[in-house]
Amino acid sequence: MSTVAVIVEYGFREAVRRKVFAVVLVLTAVFLFLFGLANHFVFRDLSRISPPSDVHVDSRTFAGAFLVGLAMFATLFLGVVLAVFLTLGVVSGDAERGLLQPLVVRPIGRATMLLARFLGAAGVCVAYVLGVYFSAVSITGLTGHWWPDQIAWPGIELAGAVLVVIALSLLGSVVLSSTANGIAVFMLFGAGLVAGLLGTIGHALNSHTIRHASTIASWALPFEALYQDGLRMITEKASGLTGFLLQLGPFGGAYVHGWPIRIWAAFYLVATLAAAIGAFARRNL
Amino acid sequence: MRSALAVRGLEKRYGSVQALRGVDIEVGEGELFGLLGPNGAGKSTLVKIAVGLVRQSAGSAEVAGARAGSRAARGALGYLAELFRFPGWYTADEVLELHQRLAGSRGGEAERRRLLELVALSEAAGRRVDGMSKGMAQRLGVAQALVGEPRLLLLDEPTSALDPVGRRTVRLLLEDLRNRGVSVLLNSHLLSEIELVCDRVAILLDGNVVAAGTPAELSRPRGVELETDEGVRTVEGATREDAPRLVAEMVAAGRRVYGVRVLTSTLEDTYLEAVGGETD
Repeated sequence: MSTVAVIVEYGFREAVRRKVFAVVLVLTAVFLFLFGLANHFVFRDLSRISPPSDVHVDSRTFAGAFLVGLAMFATLFLGVVLAVFLTLGVVSGDAERGLLQPLVVRPIGRATMLLARFLGAAGVCVAYVLGVYFSAVSITGLTGHWWPDQIAWPGIELAGAVLVVIALSLLGSVVLSSTANGIAVFMLFGAGLVAGLLGTIGHALNSHTIRHASTIASWALPFEALYQDGLRMITEKASGLTGFLLQLGPFGGAYVHGWPIRIWAAFYLVATLAAAIGAFARRNL
Repeated sequence: MRSALAVRGLEKRYGSVQALRGVDIEVGEGELFGLLGPNGAGKSTLVKIAVGLVRQSAGSAEVAGARAGSRAARGALGYLAELFRFPGWYTADEVLELHQRLAGSRGGEAERRRLLELVALSEAAGRRVDGMSKGMAQRLGVAQALVGEPRLLLLDEPTSALDPVGRRTVRLLLEDLRNRGVSVLLNSHLLSEIELVCDRVAILLDGNVVAAGTPAELSRPRGVELETDEGVRTVEGATREDAPRLVAEMVAAGRRVYGVRVLTSTLEDTYLEAVGGETD
């Protein structure tokens, strides 16, 4: 256990030393500032929005959910950027630079080493994602007096989505060079987002083919499904036209959700880590 | 003699490239073993298999009686890779502390201080790695390999970035380690260095051991040189055993003999001959 702590600490020190960490922190501060401004102006002008008399839309819920949905997308994106840059070179990159060999020859075991690197990156990224998510929710709640129907679960699912990306990035770092791995993981992330958006459109249009394709994509890339499920939960009690409009997206709706996808995501995470450990054990350094 | 490292019939294939073709090597306890060979001969592959970084295709490798790559084997060795780097934001002392914790060493600060002193880095304990010269980083690498008092030390080109003073420091350190019973496998291109410190040497070529033995065994007699009142004369093919007879013949012929020297080939001559290079 103590060697795990040593490698976790090593990974943590490496993470906070990286320039990308500072860049993400600066971008986050800028985002939260702009997000605060947006909330201020949106909720200040809310009373001026007057839908037609026969349309019953809860404009505060609509605005609050839209803003929190936007914040969730930004949080996921920044969390994934952080996760990928912290892990894309953990094996191949560090081996090419000669950083890995002195550590691997110590009696700690490659599986322990990789798991500890996962825990180190996960600690940093989960703290970051939860911090940004709850900051954004608080900003909207305090500014617009609107709080999501579920507050904690969406944040936990966002953190879970980033954990899945970390595991994929670690697996990629064993079999690909750093650059190729970074490109591959970001392409997967992009593919997941596009599939999610298509799925939302498919549901709105009631297109079976699009719905089917996007459901498969969500199960294949469960970080997207966790994000979608998080979005669903912030307005799970919204009904009527307000609920329908929110489900149209882009920051709402979910066609794959609930415990099945959460359990699948957990299994997917463990299987990806096991594949990474297996590949690392066989890899020549 | 118990083996610190025993390699039998070791083979390694990278795709279509056969890096090792059935290598047998044994390093005894307290022995300083030199590994020589041109680039691509398989030296680094052999060392990497011994430390568990690379898996062999066939044959076996054992470190202190344990399968190479196993936890027990890794716990018994210290390793300095040819290409290595420590995180630039760590100080020399922190690098050693990190490796102490990973190796399970209980040596604490006293061990770190002693190791830094051994490689002449006492003054640089608090200096960050990214502020060190290449030579300092390499000496720190040697100190790192010694953390936890390993029974077998595997050093891949440990003096390539060192100046003559640094090389001498490492050479003296290796001799000290041998005196304390630590086995060393030294992989180096510096023939003179190997000849100076190693008890035994193996020359690898294309994945095969083409010559092995003590430096003296690998050296061939090249004649006897006699310094007389007529000048210096070399008797080609004569050995040490012939020297008294040659001196007696000279004296009997009325010559004055001022000096006698038995000539042998250097390790460099043997090496170049073994790998197909020029000997003269």
